[in-house]
Amino acid sequence: MRSTLLAGALLAFAAATSAYAQAIKLADVAELSGGGATVGTNWKNGIDLAIEEINAKGGVLGRKLEVSHADSQSNPGVARAQVQKALDAEPYVLLGPGYSGSVKVTAPLAAEAGIAQIMGGEAAELTQGGNKFLFRTSFGQQSSMPKVAKYIHDEIKAKTVAVVWVNNDFGRGGRDVVVKELDRLGSKVVADLSTEAGQADFAADVGKIKAASPDAVFVYLNEEESARILKELKRQGVTAPLMGETTLIGQKVIELAGDAANGARGHVGLTTDAPVDLIKAFRDKFSKKYNYVPDHNGLKGYLAVYMVKATTEKMGKVDSKAFADTLHGLTIKAADEPGILMDVTFSETGDIDRQSFLVEIVEGKQVVKQVLPKVK
Amino acid sequence: MSNLFDLLVAGLATGAIYALVAVGFTLLWQTSQTINFAQGEFVMLPAFLMLAAMHAGAPFWLAIILGILLSMVLLGLAFKMLLVDPMMRHGVLPLAIATMALAIGIKEAVKQFFSAEASPFPSIVPTGDISILGHAVSLQSIGVLVLAILAVVGLTNLLSRTSLGHQMQAAAQNPTVARIIGVPVERMILLTFLINAFLVALASLLITPIYLAKFSSGEVLGQAAFIAAIVGGFNQVRGAIAGGLLIGVLDNLAASYVSTQYRAAVPLIFLILVILFRPQGLLGRAEERTV
Repeated sequence: MRSTLLAGALLAFAAATSAYAQAIKLADVAELSGGGATVGTNWKNGIDLAIEEINAKGGVLGRKLEVSHADSQSNPGVARAQVQKALDAEPYVLLGPGYSGSVKVTAPLAAEAGIAQIMGGEAAELTQGGNKFLFRTSFGQQSSMPKVAKYIHDEIKAKTVAVVWVNNDFGRGGRDVVVKELDRLGSKVVADLSTEAGQADFAADVGKIKAASPDAVFVYLNEEESARILKELKRQGVTAPLMGETTLIGQKVIELAGDAANGARGHVGLTTDAPVDLIKAFRDKFSKKYNYVPDHNGLKGYLAVYMVKATTEKMGKVDSKAFADTLHGLTIKAADEPGILMDVTFSETGDIDRQSFLVEIVEGKQVVKQVLPKVK
Repeated sequence: MSNLFDLLVAGLATGAIYALVAVGFTLLWQTSQTINFAQGEFVMLPAFLMLAAMHAGAPFWLAIILGILLSMVLLGLAFKMLLVDPMMRHGVLPLAIATMALAIGIKEAVKQFFSAEASPFPSIVPTGDISILGHAVSLQSIGVLVLAILAVVGLTNLLSRTSLGHQMQAAAQNPTVARIIGVPVERMILLTFLINAFLVALASLLITPIYLAKFSSGEVLGQAAFIAAIVGGFNQVRGAIAGGLLIGVLDNLAASYVSTQYRAAVPLIFLILVILFRPQGLLGRAEERTV
């Protein structure tokens, strides 16, 4: 009896260790606390949802996916340490971070290790330095900002524009591209205001915007600060059209800003309100699991995992060294891999090309006003 | 000029909050000669206590009362009895370090039990503007300013014009003599802690609708109030009030007339100048050091 129990226990242990050994290990480093907690929490939840779905259907090439989450505390220094720690465990692919500043300092580590890094940062410069292991889950600013500037010039017909941006890699990158594009199109920037991450009081900034009386205001801040400035813009009675990119019209901003978010417009690469059936299904699954509506970061995390799945299945093997080569130039069709949600193509620089959307907040909800086609 | 008026009102409203928090620094300094490095987190926590009460189904007014009472129990009574009293016998430095640990503990606990994300918080002051001298001034700014001034005026009157206040000051200034003349020193010190807890709960109620409820919001607030307390004078309640208002206004004016990019640096530069030329603070009194 005793030997039977022992044999049973050994068998169970062997089975468990065998399943563990066969799991495909992913490492995630995200902004789970600090200024980017909204970003990181959505990203993490999106990853967990995708992994749960994939594993429920048998995994990737018959192997389960497994992820470890680490908190960057929204701090590039901490992110670098966490990524180094994650890479020491030799993951198949690195996921995150979401903040451009953190991606900037961690990308060389992943590249040196030869591990593909699928991240959420949107700063233009990230994919312009020749890093062959870095991949986006959303548009870079070099793709989105020209669309924003064109909308401000052509649709809002603004001759003068105030630009408010957050003074970090994300904000500076967006500001540089949009100002250049507005200038090229002939819209004059009459106020160029930098703000601090975590800033609480926007009275002075909005006062400057009022004094400049622009035809439109371009707001490019993180989510919480976006909500605060929207409240202040409303409080001080600024009536010029408000235009942003993704972070201005996110679900969290709507929740935090309340009525003040109404009327804000923005270009978004991803939104759960997109008129796309697969995205609607994702939104329903996510909301059911986590009891809230995700923002674009939830979509990014979800897509990152399905990028891993589609690329690995394309290769027919789990090979972290060949992963980046395969993903470059790859087109993943939603018809073949529904988890990717929309047809998507990855360039040689790791940038992404797919449909995008122009959104307006109407009575506390995102309403998609236009669907913009893939560039190529 | 219209811009200047708006900036002054907004700056005074923010400064009044800093003043409320800064007063807590001075109260604790006077009674226990230590600095509470968790003072910012003390302002953050009551908002979450109120939110928890609301999530449990309490109406906003009841949540406010519960939040303030719980804050007085946790941040006044428990803080004194469980942390300050046992640590005091080890000296001021261990106590100050313990408050740093407390700050981390409160932050992490809120993050763990509530969320790392910011949450909206209802305002006790209605939104909208009223016209003053032809300027549209936000009701929220006025409400914050008025409530903060009322609280501070009430406190200063209590300290300077009542027997209770005189006993509290005596207990703070010289506990040994106070004991000899029959002042219940321990009770007076406890009262100081409870008043601090009430003030931070009030500050939390006023500021959270603007700052949003977030586990990390105490960091910025604690730092601003700390600077305000030093600038005004760490050993004077009136100094903390003046420092708070000054920093609030200075921050807004600097952002508007100097540079939004370097606004965070301006209060720090001001702090350095005050430390260099008037180390006891603008309204503080110089303290003799005994060796």
